Amino acid sequence: MQSGLDFQPGPYIRRQDEYCQWLKGGFLNTFVVPNIGLFSLFLAFLVAIYAAVAAVFGVRQQNPKWIESGRAAMLLTFPLLSIACVALIFLLVTGRYEFKYVASVTSDTMPTYLRITSLWGGQAGSLLFWSWLMAAFTGAVGLRKWDRDREFLPWVILVTMGTLAFFLLLVVFIENPFARLWQSLDGSQIAAPFRPRGAVPLFPSDGIGLNPLLRHLGMIIHPPMLYLGFVSYVIPYAFAIAALATGRTDARWIKLTRRWSLVAWLFLSLGLILGGRWAYDVLGWGGYWGWDPVEIAALMPWLAGTAFLHSVMIQEKRGILKHWNMLLIILTYALVIFGTFLTRSGVLSSVHAFAQSAMGPLFLGFIGVTFISSVALLIHRWSDLKGENHLDSVISRESLFLLNNLLFMGILVICFWGVLFPLISELFTGQKVTVGPIFYKRATAPLWGGILLLMGIAPLSVYGRTSWQRLGSALWKPALAALIFEFILVVQGVRSIAALIGYGLAAFVAFVTLYEFWRGTKARRKRHKESFPTALWRMARRNRRRYGGYVIHLGIVLMAFGIIGIEMFQTETQATLAQGEQLTLGRYTMVFDSLSEWDTNEGRNVARAVVQIYREDKFLGELYPRRDFYYASQQSMTIPGVRSTLEDDFYVLLVGWEPIAAQGTTFKVYHNPLVNFIWMGGFVFILGTLVAAWPERESLPSRKRVSTRGALMRA
Amino acid sequence: MRDSFVRVFGLALVLIALVAAPAFAQDPEPSDDEVNRIAKQLYCPVCPNTPLDVCSTQACAQWRATIREQLELGWNEDQIRQYFVEQYGDRVLATPPARGINWLIYVLPPVVIIVGGLLLLRTIRSWIGTNNGRLVQEELLPEKDVYVNQLEDELRRRESG
Amino acid sequence: MEKLSGIQENREFVEARETSRNWGTMLVWALVLGLLAILGLGLARAQEGPIGIGRNVPEFTLTTFDGEQLNINKSRGKVVLVNFWASWCKPCQQEAAELEEAYQNFKDRDVIFLGVDYVDTEKEALAYLEKFQITYANGPDLGTKISQAFRIRGVPETFIIDRNGIIVDIKIGPYTSLAEIENALQTALEQ
Repeated sequence: MQSGLDFQPGPYIRRQDEYCQWLKGGFLNTFVVPNIGLFSLFLAFLVAIYAAVAAVFGVRQQNPKWIESGRAAMLLTFPLLSIACVALIFLLVTGRYEFKYVASVTSDTMPTYLRITSLWGGQAGSLLFWSWLMAAFTGAVGLRKWDRDREFLPWVILVTMGTLAFFLLLVVFIENPFARLWQSLDGSQIAAPFRPRGAVPLFPSDGIGLNPLLRHLGMIIHPPMLYLGFVSYVIPYAFAIAALATGRTDARWIKLTRRWSLVAWLFLSLGLILGGRWAYDVLGWGGYWGWDPVEIAALMPWLAGTAFLHSVMIQEKRGILKHWNMLLIILTYALVIFGTFLTRSGVLSSVHAFAQSAMGPLFLGFIGVTFISSVALLIHRWSDLKGENHLDSVISRESLFLLNNLLFMGILVICFWGVLFPLISELFTGQKVTVGPIFYKRATAPLWGGILLLMGIAPLSVYGRTSWQRLGSALWKPALAALIFEFILVVQGVRSIAALIGYGLAAFVAFVTLYEFWRGTKARRKRHKESFPTALWRMARRNRRRYGGYVIHLGIVLMAFGIIGIEMFQTETQATLAQGEQLTLGRYTMVFDSLSEWDTNEGRNVARAVVQIYREDKFLGELYPRRDFYYASQQSMTIPGVRSTLEDDFYVLLVGWEPIAAQGTTFKVYHNPLVNFIWMGGFVFILGTLVAAWPERESLPSRKRVSTRGALMRA
Repeated sequence: MRDSFVRVFGLALVLIALVAAPAFAQDPEPSDDEVNRIAKQLYCPVCPNTPLDVCSTQACAQWRATIREQLELGWNEDQIRQYFVEQYGDRVLATPPARGINWLIYVLPPVVIIVGGLLLLRTIRSWIGTNNGRLVQEELLPEKDVYVNQLEDELRRRESG
Repeated sequence: MEKLSGIQENREFVEARETSRNWGTMLVWALVLGLLAILGLGLARAQEGPIGIGRNVPEFTLTTFDGEQLNINKSRGKVVLVNFWASWCKPCQQEAAELEEAYQNFKDRDVIFLGVDYVDTEKEALAYLEKFQITYANGPDLGTKISQAFRIRGVPETFIIDRNGIIVDIKIGPYTSLAEIENALQTALEQ
């Protein structure tokens, strides 16, 4: 996720007299702007600390004035950090390479839009960006009407501003994006915001530039999405802590943060999907998910968050699982922080340059405080969280949802243990070990299958009790349809048992979900005499959460189709071809037509091959796999040529580490069946989440109807 | 002491392979795919978390060349894997070999899941019957969605009719 | 009477719950603190860097390309230079010739050179030794055990060990000149 580049200035240092000359022309740019940025950054740090302290003080003194002052301070962090961000973007766009951060992530050849997005292209900038997002979110929370929930306010301020202050501590004192490059007396190069004694400022004439791998649309949007997801989880967490601290442990905190956790989940999902797409397009190994610790670090909060999303519904409807939901939201947030720690502290890979920085220990301290205080609060309030739990039968919606939670927690445990184990092994035996994708795939596959099965059954179950008979009568039609689908697959020649199970389950979920839509629409049509589309639309609008959820399930089904397709049926081949030669993979034939190589004016060498693709002797078109080599960073990047259809992708890579020449170029070719279902499913998934999370404009009529119905019931 | 054993064993393997080579070697020039099939399962310490078949460093290229040579000598997959483990340690394998502390990685997750499952079962069991008869269908209705009720009515009517 | 025993039972029930809760609480704390401890230790290890100056040299045996077994403990009383390198490592080539030259100059003065070949293939390694005409003892880092014991971050890295088995000098990255190597060895010899 990070480009841990160290800046080597080389021969570009300007002399001091030249520097004085130059200063006269650019006083505003070199001094005023960055110092405004630095100042507002520091001020934001102080303000965040003040807000947290004032809130606690206000509670202690029972004085709402202090709390109100804390809230005002909380609102102030957003504009202050906005100024800092704008100042940094200004430096990035104008190419002020005397700032270490600017020099490490931008270069003269980079276009303006990339310079702007370089704001989150490196450690220091992304921490500032993260803080800015957090300030924006907490600002939005601060502006809401607090009348009914006054007692939560100081605690929410304390948690959010405490977190923000911690991140700003890192930005100000450890990874300051406004640090300049200096040459100290002994000739070594240092970075500091102010002039160290006797040091001479350095003025590199160009920067290293953003890691080429990160110059991709997916990678430009992917980190902000993940950060948005991570950051928005602080809100439900803060409310949960506020509920624990105040002892107001009913479902109020869940109601208040329902949309926040859905939005957080939306962004997290979006970030994960975009990350997958980026890997598929850029990393050049024909896949979308490599079970890398960095990826798993982002998946873990998603797993806990998904479990949370399901189990809060039970608490809202039935008032049970209070403990469990508290635990889950704390776990989700802890995993957000834990994931950030893993990827940024260098604890996983000691090869990174920033491993030595003081960030690791500080982060560990923050994690310690967060974990210990959350757990202590939870244990303190444990007995207050008792719900009235009663069921009539073992199979009920509650127990199925809990089973869903168990499966998600199971996957989480596998991921967590897989990431942590190499660390444990190294500590206790001194030997490093690898925990590769195969471990995660084998261990989690049955659990994913179980989740699919539950996705099919749970929506048809009822709260309190469900009899097998009832469930059976609701399930048999979709199950039969799924069986017919299986039969078609077998006839089509699918023999892999695992794939058949997976497809069967996915198809079952799809049929159940569609059947639910159909049943609902039909019922509504009958009652209201509406046309089918109107009925569908109104039904979905009436219960957005439910039908949004179903749309999400359909998205998951599509993704499952794609994932099973590429995981089980991907084929690949590699060969070195001379011009005119060909290779075959399955029904496809690829002919190496020509190769060209040139330097671009932005410091990049491009080698681009033209290949023709045939399927069973029918010409399908040309593909242009490419290898870009960046001189400045000495990095190369392979961009595949992909022929993409709904059925499959034909994915051609120019193998960058072998010689590339007309008389012999190595191609790696993948055949990825159904991979586009993943991206399609992703779209549907996001759409469903939007449906579920969209703000309700009118909630009054429905409430009224419920109350009249309630009156009727009583009567 | 163990190193020497490893070394001797490795040498012995090479010798056996050399002697046996003419008998086994069917394909004089192994294809890239044959090399990659084995390389896919190995991880080079120089590029952690990247399988050997798609790693671009010089070290990895040399490893692949070694695999090719060994295939030429007629070594089988296990022999090659074994060779790499002896040369570079357990970390070249995609999953830790199940011995010593490494057992933990395979044992802990299933144990946690099973314990979780048992706890869940116990919890659900304890909920049943804590409130005998209090939970009647009518009580549930207001909490349920209007549409579910309608649907259920529909279904009941259809089923009975 | 019946009522009383009912209360008694209830109390026992509550007590049983309390104890199980206490156990649960302790387990949770153990897990949280255990996790934090592991993270802390892991972080400490990641931050530690290579084994430090002033520390005892870790015990290891180098099996040379010629099949000879060299144990570091047997070299007490002599100054040892341990150089980690690899044939695929470009910066290593910058210092290869100088290292051999230094070896020639110091080999009669109680100095041993050990080349540890990190994550390398034998054919290329031997070609490298041939190319730079290196004559001091060299061998592969079997099982990457030696490099893990020294906790190197990359190649080249060079450690100089004095007569008492204490690490007295560490060079990360290639030596830039013959003089730099010779000065380091000289200092170690004089200690």
